[in-house]
Amino acid sequence: MDYLGLIAIVSIAVAGITTGFGTMGPAFAEGRAVSTALTALAQQPDASPTITRTLFVGLAMIESTAIYCFVVSMILIFANPFWNYAVAAAVAQAAG
Amino acid sequence: MRLSPDELIFWQFGFVQLNATIVFTWLLMAVLVLGSALVTRRLADGEVRSPWQNLLEIVVTTIAQQIADIGLAQPQKYLPFLGTLFLFVAASSLSSIVPMFEPPTGSLSTTVALAICVFVAVPLYGIEARGVGGYLKSYIEPTFIMLPFNIISEVSRTLALAVRLFGNMMSGAMIVGILISITPLLFPIIMTALGLLTGMVQAYIFSILAAVYIAAATSKPQTTKPSAPERPVAA
Repeated sequence: MDYLGLIAIVSIAVAGITTGFGTMGPAFAEGRAVSTALTALAQQPDASPTITRTLFVGLAMIESTAIYCFVVSMILIFANPFWNYAVAAAVAQAAG
Repeated sequence: MRLSPDELIFWQFGFVQLNATIVFTWLLMAVLVLGSALVTRRLADGEVRSPWQNLLEIVVTTIAQQIADIGLAQPQKYLPFLGTLFLFVAASSLSSIVPMFEPPTGSLSTTVALAICVFVAVPLYGIEARGVGGYLKSYIEPTFIMLPFNIISEVSRTLALAVRLFGNMMSGAMIVGILISITPLLFPIIMTALGLLTGMVQAYIFSILAAVYIAAATSKPQTTKPSAPERPVAA
């Protein structure tokens, strides 16, 4: 198998796996965070603004790990430096 | 498929580029500055005031109230910086309704610039509040072994701020772009609405996290108060 095909296969497969794993972990964590926040809200409804604000801040922190995985997947698919280099080398070799 | 507005270049001279990010940032700045200047030309403090002045007052007092809730002692001092962060990011994501407009925060350049502003502002405010010695002593706060970890967490939470905002804005734009090629009418509209919601939440998160970092840097070390904010760690 030539290098171009190998780079393409590995990039696409790893991009899919990255997004797959990257959405599972934060989903579990956010589910636990929201359920605990709902329990706290049910027990103390007058602390609702503080609990809601802290919940949103915590959710954004958890979400950011999913965003990291998404950014890596996007880079692998659309801005892959190894793929660009391999394509440029193949074009130069075909021309020369 | 375009990853960010950086790639749409209007004019180039050598390595100086005028790309879509810069142009849309200038547009946003013009709208915010001119709008506020027009509204605050004749401020009224009686019962009769224009609805635009009411709107601006609601926005400013809500932001000041939120900053005070975080625990910052004088919200008026930090209101310009934090309010500008929130208003810029919120206006950038709200304006994605306008056709042919791409939010400049969908480019890593803008979000890294905003995160560097926060990274510079936190020590500035910390030194102003606690003095150079007091602020530097906060890096060895629990024990001396924590010094490298505190430094690393400073850098990594700045990076996390930048990448969080960039990832949210870029993913919203990209999902709409992909869906338009699959199911043109219904789902792109729903995803645009969801993108608006996440844009506003991310604007709020960005400014609240900046406020929390500043509060942690400017808090005087308390001996008896149980809820003193310790150094927050980036996700």
